[in-house]
Amino acid sequence: MNAIDLRDVSIAVGDRVVFDGIGLSIALGEFIGVLGANGAGKTTLMRAILGLLPLRRGEIRVLGRKATRGNAAIGYMPQIRSALPGPRLNGRDYLAGVVDGHRLGLPMAGKAGRMEIDRVLDLVGGRDLANRPLAEISGGERQRLLLAQALIGRPRVLLLDEPLISLDPRHQGDVVELVKAVQVELSATVLFSAHELNPLLGAIDRVLYLGNGDVALGTVDEVITAPVLSRLYGAEIEVVRLRGRIFVMSGGSDVECCAHRHDIGGGYHTAPRRGETPNA
Amino acid sequence: MLDYDFMRNAFAAAMVVAIVSGIVGYFLVLRGQTFAGHALAHVGFTGATGAVLIGIAPLWGMVAATMVAGIGMGIMGERLAQRDVAIGLVLALALGLGLLFLHFYTAFAAQAATLLFGNVLAVDVGTIRALLGLGVVSLALLAVISRPLLFASLQPEVAEAKGVSPRLYSVLFLAIVALATAECAQIVGVLLVFALMVGPAAAAQRLTGAVATGVLLSALLALAEAWLGITLAYYTDWPCSFWITALSAIVYLLTVLPRPTAAGISRSATCRGRST
Repeated sequence: MNAIDLRDVSIAVGDRVVFDGIGLSIALGEFIGVLGANGAGKTTLMRAILGLLPLRRGEIRVLGRKATRGNAAIGYMPQIRSALPGPRLNGRDYLAGVVDGHRLGLPMAGKAGRMEIDRVLDLVGGRDLANRPLAEISGGERQRLLLAQALIGRPRVLLLDEPLISLDPRHQGDVVELVKAVQVELSATVLFSAHELNPLLGAIDRVLYLGNGDVALGTVDEVITAPVLSRLYGAEIEVVRLRGRIFVMSGGSDVECCAHRHDIGGGYHTAPRRGETPNA
Repeated sequence: MLDYDFMRNAFAAAMVVAIVSGIVGYFLVLRGQTFAGHALAHVGFTGATGAVLIGIAPLWGMVAATMVAGIGMGIMGERLAQRDVAIGLVLALALGLGLLFLHFYTAFAAQAATLLFGNVLAVDVGTIRALLGLGVVSLALLAVISRPLLFASLQPEVAEAKGVSPRLYSVLFLAIVALATAECAQIVGVLLVFALMVGPAAAAQRLTGAVATGVLLSALLALAEAWLGITLAYYTDWPCSFWITALSAIVYLLTVLPRPTAAGISRSATCRGRST
């Protein structure tokens, strides 16, 4: 049994066809880096695996079962779009809303619920976040808390949408390391979307690159090549390897790292934390 | 002061309404929908004046109008969130229609001020019973949906993925807000529902990060402000609604201001002041 199977899947959001007859298989326990330009469909793919989007064609299976809404086997960390609601709430009560959150009744976490919250906070090394208001924790700590949220209920597949967004390189490295450690500990299957490949290089088993309605899944050496990426970008792409880092270039500029940044004049790794726009 | 029937009635009505407003208001503030409460109250004015015109008690007209508007707003959902011009126009139209209804029913003109600014001292026993019934219904509904409502409020995308419909809970919640708003307007009037629905809840959320404590504190603050407001009105002969709004604003301000006590506390309080 595979963790995730897509067979001949076509998805349209509004009139725009995001995927046109794609197929792929992800094995249990794999750590997959999901990459692609803005609008290539990283979030769309995750929402489809969660069963939230209608398919035009084809089939998606998660752990052998047809993808449907409310699948308890999937942990989901959505992309942050703005400030978290309830900024004065403490971390514990923020997480408590997720434990059995689909059941009617009063939101009182019982003993089992409190133990579950402690367990996921320990997994992400964030016990101290339990008693602090959301508004007072840093970007890196917020990602820890959201990752903890995704781990509630012991899911076997984790869909993490842009956990590195708006973090500086040091915190990006911390988050990747943390996710890797959690993945190994729980032997979970992870889909981790990002704008840049380099922070993920040490952690991922394979890369899933999206673009032009199509996908390419394989090892870094198989996928991050000029012919494959030129097809996905629909443009002439060069791949430059430099001291263990990989740069995907189009017409002399880096298409991955600068997708969000050259419009605000920030250099590589020096971009301010604001000014980043969520992608589709 | 408690020798008078109308004072006892005022305290009883204020108790029911303050507890309902404080609890429902907590979720309203948490969801960032305080404006919705304000909007519903305006629509309630149309309902109340319209009801009087056709010979029904204003409370029931208000309940009917706010329920319809609340459910409508919930169904419209996010499409409404960015339309502040549309909402503003509907608010103005609601008040305008209310004025028109009053114009047709001139004998009732004195009632306009009561509807707009409230008159808790005019509440009779029948109204208290109605308020109690509505309050029990709205709090019971809220208790049943509170867990998924909290989930959908705090983490809408995750909730949706887990099979909790944010839209459904938005509709149910706004229906509850509609009931609470109609209640609240009986005490402080449609223009001042912020005082009991939003003030105590916002203050409670600044004082505690725990949901259960926050809900309790919000209800207690609302009750204290309402009772103290009525007491002050009795001794000063100024309007109750003035005192309740003043207390609500003062309590909220006290939670926002940095506290000039021990160094550590004042530092954390300053942080809190800045972070909003």
